[in-house]
Amino acid sequence: MESTIIEPEIIYERPEALADTVTHYCPGCTHGTAHRLVAEVLDEMGLQEKTVGVASVGCSVFSYNYFECDFVEAPHGRAPAMATGVKRVLPDHTVFTYQGDGDLVSIGMGEIMHAAARGENFTVVFVNNAIYGMTGGQMAPTSLPGMVTTSSPLGRDVETTGFPIRMSEIIANLDGASYVVRRSLHDAANVRKSKKALRLAFEAQERGLGFSMVELLSNCPTNWSMTAKDSLTFIKEKMIPVYPLGDFKVIPTLAELRV
Amino acid sequence: MAKELLKGNVAIAEAAVRAGVEAYFGYPITPQTELLEHMAKRMPELDRVFVQAESEVAAINMVYGAACTGARVMTTSSSPGVSLMMEGISYIAGTEIPMVMVDVMRGGPGLGNIAPSQGDYNQMVRGGGHGDYFPIVLAPASVQEAIDLTVLAFELAEKYRTIAVVLADGSIGQMMEPAELPEMQEVDRQTPDWATNGAKGREKRLLSSIYLQPEDEEKTNLRMLKRWMEIEANEVRFNEYFVDDAEFLVIGFGTAGRVAYSAVRAARAEGIKVGLLRPITLNPLPSERMADLAEKAKAFLVVEMNTGQMLDDVRLAVSGKAPIEFYGRLGGVVPFPDEILEQIRIMAQQPPTDTNGHARQRWFERMAVLD
Ligand SMILES: Cc1ncc(C[n+]2csc(CCOP(=O)(O)OP(=O)(O)O)c2C)c(N)n1
Repeated sequence: MESTIIEPEIIYERPEALADTVTHYCPGCTHGTAHRLVAEVLDEMGLQEKTVGVASVGCSVFSYNYFECDFVEAPHGRAPAMATGVKRVLPDHTVFTYQGDGDLVSIGMGEIMHAAARGENFTVVFVNNAIYGMTGGQMAPTSLPGMVTTSSPLGRDVETTGFPIRMSEIIANLDGASYVVRRSLHDAANVRKSKKALRLAFEAQERGLGFSMVELLSNCPTNWSMTAKDSLTFIKEKMIPVYPLGDFKVIPTLAELRV
Repeated sequence: MAKELLKGNVAIAEAAVRAGVEAYFGYPITPQTELLEHMAKRMPELDRVFVQAESEVAAINMVYGAACTGARVMTTSSSPGVSLMMEGISYIAGTEIPMVMVDVMRGGPGLGNIAPSQGDYNQMVRGGGHGDYFPIVLAPASVQEAIDLTVLAFELAEKYRTIAVVLADGSIGQMMEPAELPEMQEVDRQTPDWATNGAKGREKRLLSSIYLQPEDEEKTNLRMLKRWMEIEANEVRFNEYFVDDAEFLVIGFGTAGRVAYSAVRAARAEGIKVGLLRPITLNPLPSERMADLAEKAKAFLVVEMNTGQMLDDVRLAVSGKAPIEFYGRLGGVVPFPDEILEQIRIMAQQPPTDTNGHARQRWFERMAVLD
């Protein structure tokens, strides 16, 4: 009998733009998923060699270790200003920031708003986990009403600490923004949608259309004190009602694009 | 190039343009604003980068990003704006990349006023931001020197991968004098081998100020210190006037040094053997030269437009070898030559002998303006 050798078909492998290394993220954290999606997009679009990433301060401060491209690391909240500096000098390069919600919505509110208003031609990957992960789970401006954190031990009281800030909706109002959407990383279908959004955001940049941002609803099992699985359910049931998924700004040129 | 009548701020800006600055980021603040305005016109004209940032916090971080690409970059501001930049300055120092900034100092603390002051000496010379680092600080006393030191600042910043600050007081920024600008230099488009400009055909690079392991941070601090010691050994700059036979020595930088020069000349005309040492590098300070001069001088007079911030460093340099007196005007008040001449006369008539006590205390009692 003749034996046939079946060549294995690779259907899943590490993107080239993603470093072959162990990450420091907690088990179950979606930062890893977000990294992978960005790396896949860099691969697909062939951008790796001309990309400069801008890491921020937060759990993703070491994200530069996980991408196979040049990186700089910004002070807390200042990534959009730093990215402005990089991109203005290197307009033909691809520049993205990777920021948490404490970084982007609290201390870096000024920098993100003005970068968007100026229509800076870079992409922002905004990971919203409604908490300060790195410093051990304090309240963020994005924390949900009633959410128990280490700095709102009785639950976030909107009377004294204000209300969650929906950044994508706000930034979509700025004329400089070309593409602003919110997606979620809580299940496979939404991960695929997140990937597509990231692709469009980088497409916007490559076409010189101006500021693009993808907000990704993410988890923090450690500081939410939940199992990884429960944390994904929490995103679906508790976060999405406060942070509805959707396209808040898609300029017409992009809307026609099929990726 | 022929001399032309130039305003200090404009002269600094145009000097930077001709030195090949590729990107400028700033925010309006008096008495520095004409500098930003000149850049707003010139940089786009030359197809270079100009951004008016939303704040000094953003401006310095734009500088940080642009500097990481290996481009020649600069920012300029004045005292309150510089305070806001301190976070970014510290990060830039910790990343060991070159950057030029200009501080056109005004009266402070707080909002203060827009008059010329030298109150940011400590802030700039000590670094101002958090952590262990040493910026080069250059202090011009004329529009011409502001031009020359701006060009030098780029050279030194790049040579040592460090921060170089041109510390001018408001009068240098605002006054008009005949001065000669340098020839237009080609923009140097070569990227240094540390720059993050896309990992094409090479290993990826990271520019950051993070060293999580204390041993690595210590090593980094020591590397920066070593570089600083090289700067101390090679880059001290100062001017001297009438020091050869001087019995008394005045020390002042920037505008205070310039006013002191008029006073010293007038004193010489009266037969007083007085000389002037005008530090051009405030960091590194010409401390050795001060110590040498202390061997033969009967007494020193330090003149500043602050409460004696450099005075403390002069005291350290002289370390008791000669008595030191101090004269300062503050808050945006510029001393007249006559005021300094009077102090020189007092020093010559009754040479101080006391090396104990603090010159600041004696000056404060002489001033007695609060009563
Ligand atoms: C100027 C400054 N203030 C405070 C901190 C401390 N700090 C580090 S990370 C962080 C919060 C980050 O939270 P987020 O951006 O939501 O990211 P996550 O860690 O949740 O991914 C804070 C406050 C800092 N590094 N710098």
